[in-house]
Amino acid sequence: MTYRNPPTTPRKSATFDDYTLSEIRRAAATGIYDIRGAGAKRKLPHFDDLLFLGASISRYPLEGYRERCDTSVVLGSRHAKKPIELKIPITIAGMSFGSLSGPAKEALGRGATLSGTSTTTGDGGMTEEERGHSKQLVYQYLPSRYGMNLRDLRRADAIEVVVGQGAKPGGGGMLLGQKISDRVAEMRTLPKGIDQRSASRHPDWTGPDDLEIKILELREITDWEKPIYVKVGGARPYYDTALAVKAGADVVVVDGMQGGTAATQEVFIENVGQPTLACIRPAVQALQDLGMHRKVQLIISGGIRNGADVAKAMALGVDAVSIGTAALVALGDNDPRWEAEYNELGTTAGAYDDWHEGRDPAGITTQDPELMKRVDPVAAGRRLANYLKVMTLEAQTIARACGKNSLHNLEPEDLVALTIEAAAMAGVPLAGTNWIPGKNGF
Amino acid sequence: MPATKLSKAAQDHASRVFDLDVSSLRELNQALHNLAPGSNETAWEVLHPKGSHSVAVGVDQPVSIDVRGSVGYYCGGMNSGSTITVHGSAGPGVGENMMSGSITIKGDASQYAGATGKGGLLVIEGNASSRCGISMKGIDIVVHGNIGHMSAFMAQSGNLVVLGDAGDALGDSIYEARLFVRGKVDSLGADCIAKEMRPEHLELLQGLLDRAGVTGVKPSEFKRYGSARTLYNFNIDNADAY
Repeated sequence: MTYRNPPTTPRKSATFDDYTLSEIRRAAATGIYDIRGAGAKRKLPHFDDLLFLGASISRYPLEGYRERCDTSVVLGSRHAKKPIELKIPITIAGMSFGSLSGPAKEALGRGATLSGTSTTTGDGGMTEEERGHSKQLVYQYLPSRYGMNLRDLRRADAIEVVVGQGAKPGGGGMLLGQKISDRVAEMRTLPKGIDQRSASRHPDWTGPDDLEIKILELREITDWEKPIYVKVGGARPYYDTALAVKAGADVVVVDGMQGGTAATQEVFIENVGQPTLACIRPAVQALQDLGMHRKVQLIISGGIRNGADVAKAMALGVDAVSIGTAALVALGDNDPRWEAEYNELGTTAGAYDDWHEGRDPAGITTQDPELMKRVDPVAAGRRLANYLKVMTLEAQTIARACGKNSLHNLEPEDLVALTIEAAAMAGVPLAGTNWIPGKNGF
Repeated sequence: MPATKLSKAAQDHASRVFDLDVSSLRELNQALHNLAPGSNETAWEVLHPKGSHSVAVGVDQPVSIDVRGSVGYYCGGMNSGSTITVHGSAGPGVGENMMSGSITIKGDASQYAGATGKGGLLVIEGNASSRCGISMKGIDIVVHGNIGHMSAFMAQSGNLVVLGDAGDALGDSIYEARLFVRGKVDSLGADCIAKEMRPEHLELLQGLLDRAGVTGVKPSEFKRYGSARTLYNFNIDNADAY
């Protein structure tokens, strides 16, 4: 018997990991970059890296099931004659009809309305499904202006001028031809079956001075009734927030890089923009420096999943949060019940992100009439309402434990961070220390 | 609130005069929006606009509005059915997202004239600057003079008629809009090509010239441009075009 040297365990590269290798092979085979939906999937400093302190001798808590903890929020009180009044500080983010099916849009409207919150149109115009089932509907004003019209502008409850989104600050959109049904094509004034490119810049304004004039026009068209939001991707949150305020926004929406998209290049999603956690304090600081904190409301979005995330964002100074991906999951997106079909598509429940291809087994990101039947708008809307209720109760539970009778009374002093990175981004001390990186000279 | 100065003609309730030296822009637009269907206040006159932005935006009744002077940004924005005449020049985005009706600019127009317009007719009797008809979605635009660079960028549908010359990159990434240019075109943008002028196009163009009040110009003097449709579905071998 010959002696064999002990073998080394096969070692894979941390740099060239399995995903990276597969992407190199895919690119070599197809000659095209990967396009997908959803937001950044890489691990990022996030709300999980923060903890609440709760009450102790120096702070006393509120009784969990007895004492009131207010969750309401008013958006747009700066200039609008008719601000939006929400029962909960969790809104539904803009997602287009076209990228989503009609029943999915209806379900979002139903769920939001049951919960006393607002939903938002997307890059494709306003549908009857969402207008009819959304008590409070925010109408997005996008570079493409697909479906933009005077009647819908006037029957909206607020207008959101979209400058960018967290998944792709500086990027436009693309709705591939396979999702362009007759109805989608008509709403977007384009031939059926062709790829629809959404511009990355607005066609009739550039820069903050123009934006101010554009906002004036929208106010004049709608007789100064409707709140005007300005939504930006998490690029330069301090300056973008300040410029949006200067341009006259009632509400600033900042979307971090975990915020989802219907279809964007993977390289864009994962490499452009800042994490949601990193966007909050600079945006709040801009409002405070201008004396506009709580006068111009701040909405943050991108990776909000539960009531703890809501409470943490609010403790850092935001007025409300917005959810997109989480709302779709509540409707049924990526549900393991469709695992066999996900497998046929080469993926698995929880990882499915080819939302642009229109073959969504859950019937949400599709225009296929058979697939979209899988979304029962009433039942899915109820699930969304349930989920929003749970998030709200969770946030209230934490707020009461911190002695707050309103979610808006949560403050940075209620928080510590588990990592140095999160401490620096959130501007709260590293747990067990009084060290806030970047503050007080070190 | 300062009293609105009404001309003699205004007093018979058939026409109203808004002097922006006396009344505010807000009062003007609110009065226009307050118009009920079938109102007999069908003739409006706006004095001293002095470059004001958002003059007569979001009007949704078939009234006529004469603006005596030059306007700033977005005059007639989202117009739905009214007939607006600017007796002067217009700033950026005149007639942006117009739904229907018509807007005539007696002078020149700045950038993005008729941007994303869904319908109606925009006539510019002078020249139009860059990005005229950008992302147009059904509007008809007739320019008596020249237009600047990047005009009809991503133009989806509708017609752009230019009696003079067009600047660089005309019709870049164009979809189904039709472009008719009588003079020279500095260059065509990605996927925009010269196309044959068939009888139906000559007929269409004659109709547009008639509606715009253009006389002494024959459709046969124009060339037609439109989409080569090679960029309609993404193909990696077209990457150099972007």
